[in-house]
Amino acid sequence: MEEKPKAVLIVGGGIAGIQAALDLGDMGIKVHLVERKPSIGGRMAQLDKTFPTNDCSICILAPKLADCFRHPNITLHTLSEVKEVMGQMGDFSVKLRKYARFVDEKKCVNCGDCAAKCPVKVPDEFDMELRKREAIYPYYLQGVPAVMTIDRENCLYLTREVCRICEKFCTREAIDFEQKDTDVMLNVGAIIVATGFDPYDPSGIPQYGYKRYRNVIISLEYERLICASGPTGGHLLRPSDDKPAEKIAFVQCVGSRDFKNNPYCSSVCCMHAIKEAILAYEHDPKVKSYIFYMDLRATGKGFQEYVARGEQEYNISYIRGRVAKITKDHDENPTVWYEETQSSKTKKMTTDLAVLATSLMPRRGVKELAKTLGVELDEYNFFKTDPFNPLDTTRPGIFVCGCCREPTDIPESVAQASGAAERAAETVMR
Amino acid sequence: MNEVRVGVFVCHCGTNIGGFLNVPGLAKYALRLPHVVFAKDNQYTCSEAGLTEIRNAIAENKLNRVVVASCTPRTHEPLFRSTCKEAGLNPYLFQFVNIRDQCSWVHMQDTERATEKAKALIRMGVARVVLLEPLEETQVEVNPCALVIGGGITGMTCTLSLANRDFEVKLVEKEDRLGGTLNTLYKLYPTHEEASKLVQAKAEELKKNPKIEVLTSSEVEEVKGFVGNYDITIRQGEKDRLFKAGVIIVATGAETLKPVDMYGYDGEHVITQLELEGRLKEGRLNANTVVMIQCIGSRNEKRAYCSKVCCLTALKNAVLIREANPDAQVFVLYRDMVTQGTIYEDYYGKARETGIMFIKYSPERQPVVEDGSVRIYDELLGEELILPYDLVVLSTPMVAHLDSADLAQRLKVPVDKYGFFLEAHVKLRPVDFATDGIFVCGCAHWPANVGESISQAYGAASRASIPMSVGHVKTEPSIAVVDEDECSGCGLCELTCPFKAIRIEETEKGRKAKVIAASCKGCGACGAGCPQKAITMRHFTDEQLLAQVIPLTEVTS
Repeated sequence: MEEKPKAVLIVGGGIAGIQAALDLGDMGIKVHLVERKPSIGGRMAQLDKTFPTNDCSICILAPKLADCFRHPNITLHTLSEVKEVMGQMGDFSVKLRKYARFVDEKKCVNCGDCAAKCPVKVPDEFDMELRKREAIYPYYLQGVPAVMTIDRENCLYLTREVCRICEKFCTREAIDFEQKDTDVMLNVGAIIVATGFDPYDPSGIPQYGYKRYRNVIISLEYERLICASGPTGGHLLRPSDDKPAEKIAFVQCVGSRDFKNNPYCSSVCCMHAIKEAILAYEHDPKVKSYIFYMDLRATGKGFQEYVARGEQEYNISYIRGRVAKITKDHDENPTVWYEETQSSKTKKMTTDLAVLATSLMPRRGVKELAKTLGVELDEYNFFKTDPFNPLDTTRPGIFVCGCCREPTDIPESVAQASGAAERAAETVMR
Repeated sequence: MNEVRVGVFVCHCGTNIGGFLNVPGLAKYALRLPHVVFAKDNQYTCSEAGLTEIRNAIAENKLNRVVVASCTPRTHEPLFRSTCKEAGLNPYLFQFVNIRDQCSWVHMQDTERATEKAKALIRMGVARVVLLEPLEETQVEVNPCALVIGGGITGMTCTLSLANRDFEVKLVEKEDRLGGTLNTLYKLYPTHEEASKLVQAKAEELKKNPKIEVLTSSEVEEVKGFVGNYDITIRQGEKDRLFKAGVIIVATGAETLKPVDMYGYDGEHVITQLELEGRLKEGRLNANTVVMIQCIGSRNEKRAYCSKVCCLTALKNAVLIREANPDAQVFVLYRDMVTQGTIYEDYYGKARETGIMFIKYSPERQPVVEDGSVRIYDELLGEELILPYDLVVLSTPMVAHLDSADLAQRLKVPVDKYGFFLEAHVKLRPVDFATDGIFVCGCAHWPANVGESISQAYGAASRASIPMSVGHVKTEPSIAVVDEDECSGCGLCELTCPFKAIRIEETEKGRKAKVIAASCKGCGACGAGCPQKAITMRHFTDEQLLAQVIPLTEVTS
């Protein structure tokens, strides 16, 4: 038998990185899965349901998280970042910075006794800042590894050297303020980049009033709002007054297909808007939804049927027209001003809640990562690939999949992830 | 049978269970149950300390059955099973009782009644564990050879990738040459690279690789066996070729709908995009005014779906027409322009700038192709337009090959209502079939452009390589077993099984159902449906399940 194949480094622990890791691990190849956040799961973990089957997102993802955690060939590096890459295809040396969690992963069992006593309250990133969390917290309930993390920016002890109350209440003695950030060197044969996306911040389009009007939210906030494990326990309550939203405007192409922002189409927003409107109706049949779109792009398996069902069974009206602006009245009701292109008329509609389908953008920090990896980005900062060699970056031995190469829905991301795993396997088995 | 000695471990899970149920009380209660010789509560049964306690208790108390009442088997059953195994106990003699997700978390307001429910759950678990039997996993060898069906760009890509990884690959193509649909195309969007060049490059690489055997003018005639061990019969001309393969990849592509009797289609002045590609390729396009109509035969009642690639194909061909003849006028009549992704919106924008005209129509007011002109209601202008033409080009959708249902039947895999192959899970298993060992990619699965097909081809190659890399597949022991004396050979089980893991075979005793252990998932569908009750689900026998129901009806004391 020849010598063992080299390991593969995967950057990003969302569904794409997870699938690539599982495929490689199952082939018998060692994998280092690196995630910047305290737990793997990525954006898919934040979604409520998935189109067009309305499968619960975390329910179908969680078994994969557990598989990754238990896999003998996969090493998880959460709270970690790639700092340096040297060498070449087949023989990369990677410097990984592992940030201190201040909690012993082996001892912590995620019981939450510590958080119950923590006096700090800060906005929760996973729940899109729609609720507060403590400075010691689980990244999300089903997160893997299922352990608490101390947020060094907000912990009273780490910032002001007072408190340590969590330590007193942890019966497992899992709190460890002595932990230090460490650098680890890894030798790998190939690298897969799967860093996913950030939503566009629509504060850049002031006429939509995002952040100024409380009942104008973005899709990812909506996903948390309607999710049973989200800040409202799955009740669709609008942020200004906690009243149920019954008339909802879904505004498409926010920051997408927009030459002032992102000229490209984000591919998934037509479908997730329909899904979100369907979910609202399933929660409360009094809900009426309006989707303001330019072109309805429903190209996958079962998508056109989903569009039709939305209209026929779930009280959705599709209105072709770009929304020009959103205003609010004294009750914080958003009024959507739009040109209905079919009748060439300017109209307005007052609703309870406006949901902005913000475009998918590369993650913050992607330029730095690309520089570290020595690969090129395209004009929008997605990882550059060739249309007919779609999973290879510009540097041999480094591959890419999922939303960091282009906005992509879940099945396509998963297929690409398996594909990137194949390209990496070709490299390390050679 | 030796004396049954059960140990029960009840977990506090911090306050998750301990905060809402009387956990020490549950442990005391468990000790009074039949066959229970040891019971204890732990802060965290899953912690290293908790696991050590299980191991020690097995040794010290000669336990031969273990019950853990805690969080959820979804995440923790494998851990406790392997702990039992480490202590020398068969892992199938372990029973999980879920008192967190299904008890403490949902009954936080009522400690007393929630504790009563937990008692019932533990009572049921103990009743079942007594009847559990040791089971052993077995292995089936995997032949390290892949069969790839379809020699288009998708099939060629998976073939090459697997061969690069040192697996043997047989590539079967129906036509007399490789290339598939790309052989009929001119230039590809967005780079305008010639399709033939892409095919040629791949074909040359294929030729050089000694691991690959290409069988052209060949079709799959018969497939027998299961994951790791397929017996394949290929019909090549007059003769049959037989070989063995471990995995199969379906990459048969799709065809384009011919719009017979639609919109004045005559193959002369009214043609399809595919026919236009042919004319462009041969440089014999002679038209100054071209009208392209999108969504012909798709997004209608018969075919609800959007074929995904037609908008870009039309855009590209419009651009190519204008490149060859800058005086040509091109109109594209569309319903929704589909130019998804980072490159194509820009591609669309540039096409608009070059003067190609885009006119939106609605399905309620379809364009009408007349002699020499097309009548169209422009939805945005709100007016009817009459467009004279030299050539009308109809954008028709990709449709499944007529013989795809045949192939599906031979492989025993499903197709959807349009004849495209149906994957195991639309979200998370896009290139797998539910049946182990068979995979799908490219347009055989759903319309896809060249780049997507190539990504999927690598994806299918990855998935298919897994059993070949490992060299064997483990068979789960908690599967169906057939009592041949009771089996009447009716075949209902074969029809019911979603994994094609049971089939009727001729035996000395007549027609009998046989379980393919390597494919069976133990779902129980066959057992539930068997009119003879000839199928037993190992680890979930009727006795084991009924034993749980009876104590549920008892009142706790």
